[in-house]
Amino acid sequence: MPPRMLPEPTPETRHFWDGCKAGELRLQRCTDCDGGSYFPPRPFCPKCGSRKVENYAASGKGVLWSYVINMRPRPDMGTEPYAIAVVKLAEGPQMMSNIVNCPQTPEALQLDMPLTVTFAAQNDDISLPFFEPVKG
Amino acid sequence: MKQKSIAVVGAAETTKMGKIPDVSVIGLHADAALNAMADCGLKPSDIDGVATAGISPVDLAHYMGITPTYADGTSVGGCSFMLHVRHAAAAINEGLCNTVLITHGESGRSRVGAGGFARAASSLAGQFEMPFGPMGPPTMFTIPVLRYLKARGYTVEDLAHVAVIQREWAAMNPRASFKDPITVADVLGADMIAWPFTKLMCCLVTDGGGALILTSAERAKDFPQKPVYILGTGESVETPMVSQMEDFTSSKAFRVSGKKAFEESGISHSDVDHLMIYDAFAHLPLYGLEDLGFCKPGEAAGFIRGRNTAPGGKLPLNTNGGGLSYMHSGMYGMYALQESVRQMRGIAPAQVPGAKISIAHGVGGMFAASGTIVFSNEAP
Repeated sequence: MPPRMLPEPTPETRHFWDGCKAGELRLQRCTDCDGGSYFPPRPFCPKCGSRKVENYAASGKGVLWSYVINMRPRPDMGTEPYAIAVVKLAEGPQMMSNIVNCPQTPEALQLDMPLTVTFAAQNDDISLPFFEPVKG
Repeated sequence: MKQKSIAVVGAAETTKMGKIPDVSVIGLHADAALNAMADCGLKPSDIDGVATAGISPVDLAHYMGITPTYADGTSVGGCSFMLHVRHAAAAINEGLCNTVLITHGESGRSRVGAGGFARAASSLAGQFEMPFGPMGPPTMFTIPVLRYLKARGYTVEDLAHVAVIQREWAAMNPRASFKDPITVADVLGADMIAWPFTKLMCCLVTDGGGALILTSAERAKDFPQKPVYILGTGESVETPMVSQMEDFTSSKAFRVSGKKAFEESGISHSDVDHLMIYDAFAHLPLYGLEDLGFCKPGEAAGFIRGRNTAPGGKLPLNTNGGGLSYMHSGMYGMYALQESVRQMRGIAPAQVPGAKISIAHGVGGMFAASGTIVFSNEAP
């Protein structure tokens, strides 16, 4: 199996990937307006254009917003069908991820099911943020 | 733009369509361009504006022997050609050039002289989407759909109906890739590509191309073909990442582009005789009907099931068979424009009798961009 396709952080996104390595899902928010949290990372507020933004550790909670189950796996993703999901984070933004510790079936993957983040180290630099169903 | 100030005077597709293993990408551009020039009786030296996507307008101009005073390389995916039409109209009206050639060519199936789709690992999509396993449009364009179905109360059968009805149109088109009738059960039972999308809800992958030639409405009267006037135009872009689409149940780019095109053209929805909505996948006509305002949110699926867009219906939609059954080389917008022009000339294989206004609405990327062109065949 070829190595998994991994992100190459840029100066503007480095804090996010450092956060994943440290076990934190880091979002950004504006301190000038009440535009709320945003994603993906950028050093200014996409609502008002202010550069006064801060990074913070998000809750890591969200719900399953939408997904497909890819029946023809990409070579670096193994041989079994897998869901490519979009998670709606508790803080507002949406992000693409995979749902782990859960059967990759329409029956198991119910829209709006609560999820929580979990990080999987891929190498010394990169940990990917995945999501798993909230237990209980 | 100024209504009916610009017209399409030349329009053609590639000589062959479907599987063309003996022609490269730039060769497909050239074949379509030569056919469009023949259609309006022009030579390369008569063209002073070029626009294309996929390859550079520099490649096109040099290959065709054109020395332009206007070049547009807008490349926002499959609707780029709608944007090229819009920009060309503005450029001609501003006096930047007189006659613009817009081309598309793609070796989607045979991949002769074709580039790749790779995204840099440092791009936003490379960092925040690609690591999670998407593999091209079938696994990306489709991601919002389960949310859309749930929000609207639609079902996967509603997606299947789109494919079934477009196959009815394709059956009337000798150049369509697939003409045999299909049923909802056929669509639902086809190979699963990316749940909930089966193969028959996904577009074809073919080779082909098309070209348009535009000039001022004043000059258009002197050309051999019936001029097709540009009545109104729209464009917008939203996001390079489908996961960041603001609303999974509605495309902002569709809404903005559509509204602008209706405003420019000064028409109402009931004036529209013929409609093309770029259908890379079966959900796009549903989003398009709602976001362009032909249906209220939640009513598009019933509108299609009720055969309003089918042969004999009040709003003929995707009358060439669409990307699902006619052809889809990668950037299908050109073929939607070609079918609108054929309908306005009155020469389409599945001609809508008496059609006077046609809209071609395109999407680029995965809900990344949109362009909308309103055509009229009535002289200003």
